[in-house]
Amino acid sequence: MAKQAAIEQDGTIIEALSNAMFRVELENGHVITAHISGKMRMHYIKILPGDRVKVEMSPYDLSKGRISFRYK
Amino acid sequence: MIYLKSDEEIELLRISNQIVAKTLAEIAKIVAPGVTTEDLNKLADTFIRDNGGVPGFLGYHNYPKSICTSVNDEVVHGIPSSKIVLQEGDVVSVDCGVFKNGFHGDSAYTFCVGDVKPEILDLLRTTKESLYKGIDEAQEGKRLGDVGFAIQNHCEQRGYSVVREMIGHGVGRNLHESPEVPNYGRRGNGVMLKSGMTIAIEPMINLGKRQLSFDKDGWTTRTIDRKISAHFEHSIAIRKGKADILSSFEFIEQVLGNKAI
Repeated sequence: MAKQAAIEQDGTIIEALSNAMFRVELENGHVITAHISGKMRMHYIKILPGDRVKVEMSPYDLSKGRISFRYK
Repeated sequence: MIYLKSDEEIELLRISNQIVAKTLAEIAKIVAPGVTTEDLNKLADTFIRDNGGVPGFLGYHNYPKSICTSVNDEVVHGIPSSKIVLQEGDVVSVDCGVFKNGFHGDSAYTFCVGDVKPEILDLLRTTKESLYKGIDEAQEGKRLGDVGFAIQNHCEQRGYSVVREMIGHGVGRNLHESPEVPNYGRRGNGVMLKSGMTIAIEPMINLGKRQLSFDKDGWTTRTIDRKISAHFEHSIAIRKGKADILSSFEFIEQVLGNKAI
């Protein structure tokens, strides 16, 4: 049975780190560090602890991610 | 956390995987036009229990059946149903898992129903070849990116596409363990392979685009352009520096004879 890859997942910001990095808790309970995508920085989308976000990931490194969307 | 298995544990895994191989061979005997996928499920369920195992998929994240049967454009996780009747010219991928002695076996094979078009046959052949190319790369000291690259390179050269959303996995006491084994990648990337690791490599290759859509049942995945998809899977162990294939297609190919892909 194939496993579903963790390519795109939703999570909640738990802490803002320096350099536009964030600590994100995913829906499955894992905690990863993620940075904001360049497109979101270009449009000055601000992110605060507690926001729900969409995170893109690569199966090769499950400890890092890329925030691609902030939910309202 | 990647759990390294001892030689005894690998032998137990082999027992589970050999039951999977025999179950798939039993299924190969009855695949024909007019058979429903529920018939395949019943046969597999009885055969696994007769051999002292338990279907590994039944109840996994509330999966309702004992095997996955994915017809034509269904990529993986098709749920067997008495409403789905196999037609001449279809392909059906059967994914089967067995739990015995505390270890899971996992393997899959794509069967042709009657005669299929040459282009579909070529897709199945390429997918199977790519599986063995991936297994050749699975040696101690190489990385999972090498395995993914071998599969991706072989299939994309021929114009097929590799599914990204569904990937292979570690296998052992749990059906899905770390590491994740994607069927795509770059050489020299990813987790380094060590002796004692057991993984399931499963290329899912599409004739058209690589994107998938998910059905409302929460399991079945289809290709977005509704073109055919192929799926082959082996469980392997890294042992003495090389890949040791725990499951087997031999029983299936004996049944299929010269019709084997």
